[in-house]
Amino acid sequence: MRRRDFLYMTGLGLGASMLESVPVFGRAISIEEALTPVDVKLKKRMADVALNSAKSKGATYADVRIGRYLNQVVATREKQVQNIANTESYGLGVRVIANGSWGFAATDNLSDDSIAAAAASAVAIAKGNSKLLTEPVQLAPQQGFGEVSWKTPFEVNAFEVPIKEKVDLLLNVNSEALKGGAKYVNSNLFMVNEQKYFASTDGSYIDQDIHRLWPTFTVTKIDSAGGKFETRTAMSSPMGMGFEYLTPKDSEKIKGGPVTMYKKRYDMLEDVTEATVHVEEKLKAKPVQPGKYDLVLDPTHLFLTIHESVGHPTELDRVLGYEANFAGTSFLTLDKWESKKFNFGSKQVNVIADKTEQGSLGAVGYDDEGVKCGKWDIIKDGILVNYQTIRDQAHILGLKASQACCYADSWDSIQFQRMPNVSLAPGKAPLSAAEMVKNVEKGIYMFGRNSYSIDQQRYNFQFSGQLAYEIKEGKIVGMLKDASYQSNTQEFWNSCTQLCGQEDYRLGGTFSDGKGQPGQASAVSHGCPTSRFNGVNVINTGRQLG
Amino acid sequence: MAILSKEEAQAILKKVLSFSKADSCELSLNGSDGGNIRYARNAVSTAGQISKMSLAVSSTFGKKTGMATINEFDDESLKKVVARSEELAKLAPENPEFMPLLGPQQYADAPTFNAKTAAITPDSRAEMVGKSLQVSKAAKLEAAGFLENSTWFNAIMNSKNLFAYNKSTDISFSVTVRNQEGTGSGYIEQRFNDLDKMDTLALSKIAASKATGSAGAKAIEPGKYTVILEPLAASDMLGNMFRGFDARSADEGRSFMSKKGGGTRIGEQLFSENVNIYSDPMNPDVPTAAWNNDGVPINKTQWIENGVVKNLSYSRYWAEQKGVKPLPFNRSIVMEGGTQSLEELIKSTEKGILVTRFWYIRSVDPQTLLLTGLTRDGTFYIENGEIKFPVKNFRFNESPVIMLNNVEALGKPVRTGNGMIPPMKIRDFTFTSLSDAI
Repeated sequence: MRRRDFLYMTGLGLGASMLESVPVFGRAISIEEALTPVDVKLKKRMADVALNSAKSKGATYADVRIGRYLNQVVATREKQVQNIANTESYGLGVRVIANGSWGFAATDNLSDDSIAAAAASAVAIAKGNSKLLTEPVQLAPQQGFGEVSWKTPFEVNAFEVPIKEKVDLLLNVNSEALKGGAKYVNSNLFMVNEQKYFASTDGSYIDQDIHRLWPTFTVTKIDSAGGKFETRTAMSSPMGMGFEYLTPKDSEKIKGGPVTMYKKRYDMLEDVTEATVHVEEKLKAKPVQPGKYDLVLDPTHLFLTIHESVGHPTELDRVLGYEANFAGTSFLTLDKWESKKFNFGSKQVNVIADKTEQGSLGAVGYDDEGVKCGKWDIIKDGILVNYQTIRDQAHILGLKASQACCYADSWDSIQFQRMPNVSLAPGKAPLSAAEMVKNVEKGIYMFGRNSYSIDQQRYNFQFSGQLAYEIKEGKIVGMLKDASYQSNTQEFWNSCTQLCGQEDYRLGGTFSDGKGQPGQASAVSHGCPTSRFNGVNVINTGRQLG
Repeated sequence: MAILSKEEAQAILKKVLSFSKADSCELSLNGSDGGNIRYARNAVSTAGQISKMSLAVSSTFGKKTGMATINEFDDESLKKVVARSEELAKLAPENPEFMPLLGPQQYADAPTFNAKTAAITPDSRAEMVGKSLQVSKAAKLEAAGFLENSTWFNAIMNSKNLFAYNKSTDISFSVTVRNQEGTGSGYIEQRFNDLDKMDTLALSKIAASKATGSAGAKAIEPGKYTVILEPLAASDMLGNMFRGFDARSADEGRSFMSKKGGGTRIGEQLFSENVNIYSDPMNPDVPTAAWNNDGVPINKTQWIENGVVKNLSYSRYWAEQKGVKPLPFNRSIVMEGGTQSLEELIKSTEKGILVTRFWYIRSVDPQTLLLTGLTRDGTFYIENGEIKFPVKNFRFNESPVIMLNNVEALGKPVRTGNGMIPPMKIRDFTFTSLSDAI
């Protein structure tokens, strides 16, 4: 069975639950095993077997990734636990250049013979592919770092927190929802630990321990007589953090608006209590009148618009055509970048790629081809100034080094260009969301991610939120339903007129962004402040079935 | 040795069961062997070959279940995986929805395996891609594509003597062909169990002709149009709809299949009378294993008959709650159609839009199943029975339920993804904006 079939079937079985978007693979293991990492000396020895075998077979470059991928999922609905799973996937992937072509092979049999055979097979595949080569691979130079390591900064390792504590938290969340009149509630905790070892013929031996987690829920209320139902999902964000994210802290909350917002600490119980009120309001909300509105977009919503309309079109492999058969290409063609005056957005719009931001999903020390991570401008004062690149693309932009955007979702996947954290810089002056709303005459204030769709070159998009509030003459007057906005990327970012300040800046993110064939998932964050976009087209998506 | 025969699989599973000390034990053994080749900008970019096998053991004490998996098959490893699943079961909370295991069942032997497909090598994959590249290079177009084949087996056994085995093969190919100016794009994809049906040369020619034919697209006003959906476009809409053919979410009141006041819409005329959809694991064009992961037999099932909802899927648990028989869903749906070809459907159309495929379909409203998405890789204006000119891509907002109420005509079904889907002529399909994407 293929991976996408598995995902689809999982989705079928679980109905409306969110499990379908999160792949969980590998063998199930006990928690004790999960906490014992593989000895780094053993990993170095295995890596050297692969590198030496590749070189002896004629590789001019080789890198090897030894990956141990741990996932833990706790899934509940109402008063019961649906699933607790600990899984592990462990193996080795070797990538080589031979005769100017890439080759790759992977194995989960980690004997010396099997590793050497995988390396030899990668070289054979590279030599085979070189017959169809049009231009040889050009790698940006990369120094070797010797033996180094990096670890996600966290306070509490989520894998060390007892399962019982996690189950209790989720069942308490469900109990609050049911108390608040919810008919159904699903709550889930997803935890990931990537123990990755990278070595290359450049002389790097990089050991990394990467942690992510995502707490989330969906609350459902039913109007049975009217044949209607509404849901509200969590205002949490998946984070590159430990379990401390789930310890509420007042200084990390933004209160005073229609929805409590969370920075780097999340209060799941408080959020679910609010959600039960919101979902009731959604059942009674007024249908939106289609037309032009000024949109005030909260980071829980805007992060995904940034992901789709700025993150994806600035991936250099899409621009060049390598993703044409699946995800698509990009409207941000090289001539627009070369002109140094392509007006992507208004002057307020500054978008930064950053693989180092603490707490973000994309933060790592080094990427999956051994390049040290950094930070760079993509949109500067509204102008397109850069893309996202890896070692074999850097020369196309005249760069002397890769921007460290290489990632593989497993030891048996081939690493390729993936999105770094791509974030919208906050405004320079302090400004709260409440103050921003005061100046809006006719607007909609949107929170949370809902439906999102964008074309294959990233021009035309349609998005909706979990919650949409009508703003009239500077005041929030009530909740709206069936509101989606449709726009064109360049027009939309040029309609950005105001950004809240640093104090409102928050991270949103996605745990499983899909790309490539065969498909691979990656996790990425997008920071932004609450932002205002003037005169955006809003449609009403309400329909009647017979 | 990732592909085991029925006898080999049975022998391993029997041995594993002999190590079990739990009240009940379920085993699932699967292996796959396959490879892929990816190309872009008229050259191969990546290629790989993957072979793996894995065993999952589910042990239950009372209503507490634990699961563990392993990919080593010596006796010690097999004992270890059974013991681990038993340890996890003892730590797990009770599952109130736990269902006692099924006993032995009778399954049909579905024609899912093809020896020629199983024998594909990296060289034969490269040769098939070479044919595709030949088309794009000769026409001075640029191709990006993906070819993948796999052979896999699944076997399940439980402590109540249930055993099931299936072996399948699959080959899939897709290619996007674009012109050098980036003003035209065409696409095709195809999937079969049988290698002999796959013709990468002919398929690439279709994608190339769409790339050339879609160049210089004109903008026409969005609005409601009669559309002819090629099977690929129609299939994506149907796939999104069938995710909701689940009795539990309907009974719970959170599906478009929920009835006002409670219950499901089984028995209601929800679609046009010419809509008939079933699934059948024995269908030679879209065969599937005749059992699901729980060991429930999958038989021929009518889902929609003359526009009436006949069945929704029931898990074993939900079936027991509702006092009905469990009914697994089978993704390999067959939608009955007519005898007309796509060309004949075009000929019979006064004014309309021909859609090659849709892209980025997302649910907008689960209550009405309103979906949004865009046309892609070949959208054309039809007038007086002829394709007149290419048009710019549209965004649509439409529900497949409404769409299947507006069926004007159905053509001859063809293999599309996992199903047999006809091209469809649909009136009043709602396009809401234009896209500049090519």
